[in-house]
Amino acid sequence: MPPPTAPKSGDALFASVERVNAELFTLTYGAIVRQLLTDLEEVEEVNKQLDQMGYNIGTRLVDEFLAKSNVSRCADFKETADVIAKLGFKMFLGVTATVTNWDAEGTSCSFVLEDNPLVDFVELPDTCQGLQYCNVLSGVIRGALEMVSMKTEVTWVRDMLRGDDAYEMRVKLTKQVPEEYPYKDDD
Amino acid sequence: MGREVAESCVDGVVMEMVAAYCGRFYASKPELAARRIEAIGFQVGHQLTERYTMERPRFSDHLEAIKFICKDFWSELFKKQIDNLKTNHRGTFVLQDNHFRWLTRVSIDPSVESIDANENDSTSLGDSAAQTTSMLLYFPCGIIRGALTNLGIACSVTADMSNLPACSFVVRIKT
Repeated sequence: MPPPTAPKSGDALFASVERVNAELFTLTYGAIVRQLLTDLEEVEEVNKQLDQMGYNIGTRLVDEFLAKSNVSRCADFKETADVIAKLGFKMFLGVTATVTNWDAEGTSCSFVLEDNPLVDFVELPDTCQGLQYCNVLSGVIRGALEMVSMKTEVTWVRDMLRGDDAYEMRVKLTKQVPEEYPYKDDD
Repeated sequence: MGREVAESCVDGVVMEMVAAYCGRFYASKPELAARRIEAIGFQVGHQLTERYTMERPRFSDHLEAIKFICKDFWSELFKKQIDNLKTNHRGTFVLQDNHFRWLTRVSIDPSVESIDANENDSTSLGDSAAQTTSMLLYFPCGIIRGALTNLGIACSVTADMSNLPACSFVVRIKT
């Protein structure tokens, strides 16, 4: 067994991954949202699809995150949330989130983003009321956490595209599935 | 250097967009899915060129504009230039990237992969992989067409991936 490696810092982690110019990401996502609005017509359906896309992305990103970050098993949901905010957001988006507003049970908290590369150059027209533009991010969190046995509900509380002063997503841990060994074949 | 994000973010949204259009929305109508994916690329290319050409004089001819796509534009997107440019001097240009990033990085949709693995059928794996890849390539084709259209050049763009991981984009200028 090689000696355990210390977890990387957020900055070191971001520096260690392949990076691309953020405009490509932001404009690509924007073009996808716009095309979905045209094709699906219902804003609710677009929100659902963005969340689904995020979920699928999250289930893959979590592997990359665990492989590159050297993070060891988190003791509880609180520690998990801190790791996501400080390292997860940083590794992929280059920004960090703040974890706040914990409930008494320690099962729900908020991620607050003041800087969000997903929305650079974005303005929502009045016809897009109800669009949850950043749903891909909440989907990613939900998908990634589900892969490490935590079922969550993630909702947006504040959205700068709607005039709020920051982005805030609420993450509620609904079920922590104990990991079973050995895995069943049909799982 | 401007702002950056992890490459996985771009790979993730592009792959999911392709999977959504080919699998969930237009599963039985691949030509419609292809048109939508191309349209999304078109918009991205159009907007990116808008930003990258802001402080630059107009291009004097088609070749100048194509060279801009091969050098500056490609470098912004993929951190490398197009490796080889050919033309018949009659409005057709072939842009070859010997190691096209999106073909080397992006993996096949895992659900497709696992179905095929269960069937243990290498032919169908090859087929579906090729299908996913060719759908994915409508996106960069759209980007190139969007970029050139913004530079005042109406054209069609197709991709040839017969020499993976090299990929050629064939630009035919409309006269």
